[in-house]
Amino acid sequence: MNDEIWGIALQILILVLLSYPLGGYIAKVYRGEKNFMDFLTPFENGIYKVCSIDATEQMNWKHFLKVLLTLNLFWFVWGMSLLVAQGALPLNPDGNIGQSITQAFNTTISFMVNCNLQHYSGELGMTYFTQLFVIMLLQFITAATGMAAFAAVLKGMSSKTTSTLGNFWVYLVRTVTRILLPLSIIVGVMLILGGTPMSLEGKQTITTLEGTQQVISQGPVAAIVAIKQLGTNGGGFFGANSAHPLENPSYFTNMIECISILLIPMALIWCLGFYLKRRKFAVCVFSVMFIVYLTTVYISVGQEMGGNPQIAQMGISQAAGSMEGKEVRIGSAATALWAMTTTVTSNGSVNGMHDSLTPLSGMLALLNMQINCWFGGVGVGFMNYYVFIIIAVFISGLMVGRTPEFLGKKIEAKEMKIAIILALLHPLLILCGTAIASYLATNNPALSAEWLSNPSFHGLSQMLYEFTSSAANNGSGFEGLGDNTPFWNISTGIVLIFSRYLPIIGQIAIVGILAQKRYVPESVGTLETDTVTFSVMTFAVIFIIAALAFFPALTLGPIAEYLTIR
Amino acid sequence: MKTILISIKITLAFCVILFVGYVLLLWGFAAIVSPNHGEAETITLNGKVVGAANVGQQFSDVKYFWGRPSAVDYNGGGSGGSNKAVSNPEYLQEIETRIVKFLEAHPYLERKDLPSELVTASASGLDPHISPAAAQVQIRRVADARKTSEERITEILVHTTHQPLIGQAYVNVLELNVALDREESTMKLRE
Repeated sequence: MNDEIWGIALQILILVLLSYPLGGYIAKVYRGEKNFMDFLTPFENGIYKVCSIDATEQMNWKHFLKVLLTLNLFWFVWGMSLLVAQGALPLNPDGNIGQSITQAFNTTISFMVNCNLQHYSGELGMTYFTQLFVIMLLQFITAATGMAAFAAVLKGMSSKTTSTLGNFWVYLVRTVTRILLPLSIIVGVMLILGGTPMSLEGKQTITTLEGTQQVISQGPVAAIVAIKQLGTNGGGFFGANSAHPLENPSYFTNMIECISILLIPMALIWCLGFYLKRRKFAVCVFSVMFIVYLTTVYISVGQEMGGNPQIAQMGISQAAGSMEGKEVRIGSAATALWAMTTTVTSNGSVNGMHDSLTPLSGMLALLNMQINCWFGGVGVGFMNYYVFIIIAVFISGLMVGRTPEFLGKKIEAKEMKIAIILALLHPLLILCGTAIASYLATNNPALSAEWLSNPSFHGLSQMLYEFTSSAANNGSGFEGLGDNTPFWNISTGIVLIFSRYLPIIGQIAIVGILAQKRYVPESVGTLETDTVTFSVMTFAVIFIIAALAFFPALTLGPIAEYLTIR
Repeated sequence: MKTILISIKITLAFCVILFVGYVLLLWGFAAIVSPNHGEAETITLNGKVVGAANVGQQFSDVKYFWGRPSAVDYNGGGSGGSNKAVSNPEYLQEIETRIVKFLEAHPYLERKDLPSELVTASASGLDPHISPAAAQVQIRRVADARKTSEERITEILVHTTHQPLIGQAYVNVLELNVALDREESTMKLRE
């Protein structure tokens, strides 16, 4: 019991200790300052040359976005064609067939937007070719896209007055070569040492001890797991994701994988402080996020270790906690820690089945994704928080009668309009989607039987979770939902596109517009944004706008379920 | 148009870089370093492969220790949990049925001593492990079935229990059962 608590405390400690220096390093990479990976410079120049990229070109925010979106559009075509055609492509030792059009549509979009919602099961729905050249490729480059956008935001925030945000291609290439690739190699090596398979051979068939035939799927698992954890991707090699004993063979590998989820998102907050030379501001942002994270971990660990009250009534021992949908080697505390870690970021990998979490844990997982800015996805997480900072600056400016200014730039009507639209977009997508799905399910019993593996309040939670996970680009699921149907493939696909690109466009626009404005030096009249008061204010804005919008839905789902099983 | 061309080129460039500088690198590392050259590790009995070390198997014979219920019947070609909500009445009924069945097979056992993991499905459906407590409650049944003493079985159980540096102690069910069979066959040879 105590071992479990120590285990998760250790994971959080290592995480914080590693994230700080990594943040300093990332700031150097994006600033283009000297760092120990400079031996890669000739190699990177080679890439620019081969791809005819002009690395010295400086892009304004409109051009930056145009390039980003064009590249993403190409990835859509790339992914769609390979997934549909995978049956005929090489590296397919198990003879799996191509995906249906709606499934390929959903899969491509979901990986293109760094969400990794999976309406297929890796063992059957993919070949090694598509696992590597669609899934793993996109896991690297979409994470790099988010981080490149973050780098542009940093550039915009740090300059006094500028019309350019840097070069998208350079950010993209450097993110892969200097951040994601080296970290993935380290994690991959540790996973292989921990027993995760890494081969290109097909399934093994084994005669078991009792004499039956057992098929065992394997493949290039370690390579995909490493980047899926580090790049807040979450799309696992196997259907059971990191609960699968080959994807995550021991408590040790579980620790590495869990730390990898939050490592870069946390480091990027420190990076902010290093890059802008405003450590105190970074500490404020970090503290708000970290305190919320620890609170959710505390509650969730307590709930999962406490077990299921309904099973307690049956009189058996629940010393290990609520074990439905959990693995013995990982235990209930580490599963709860992971559930919170994967939802505060937009990772979405799981090491236990979220559908079987106790109601309050399930609710916190939902709430984390509904707020979607505690650390968040690589790069885009802070950008979501940035929107709330803009709103908080504006509101507190009005409250104390000061001009709303942030980092020397006046916040005016145009930026506020964009910020508010973005803040309301997230609840709009989630709640409308869930409303349509639940309307269809209630009026058509056949449909609800096909979709929902659980009745009553939890059935609603399953649909709410699917849309929340899509809108947050998270990718975890209440997997009992029968979601490989045209309705779910298309509706969540659309939500995924809106919720990834509209925020990126809006956030880059705000930064671009602010960067062009005249710099106003700080004076006594300036509202200080690196104080405890302002941090509390930002938290309050987030809580009121983001969390309360979902309160009625959460009451009908997990809260009602919690009250019925006590 | 220029951007589209760059997009195509850079995507292909990343394919090459990642395949050579990452996938092949790790694949080569695994081929050299890992015990089974990057493939899932296996367990053998009398020179015959009887299973993957980290993938659980279905056990229903009374002479074996039993693992956890599986939502996919221990099919290693697929994986997944039951995805049942803790409040689902049908699911709770199923748990009760499993408890009754388990207690019938272990009549000496009291309800309060039955660890819940033995009646709840694992997340992957392939969980190879149970806790030492969940193994202990089965000792007497296994000893009776194998017509040997409980002490002997306990000894083998203690021997195969893993206590990692961090994390909780666990027993690999397949490894334990293989150890039992191996022990029995050497005993027979001696006789």
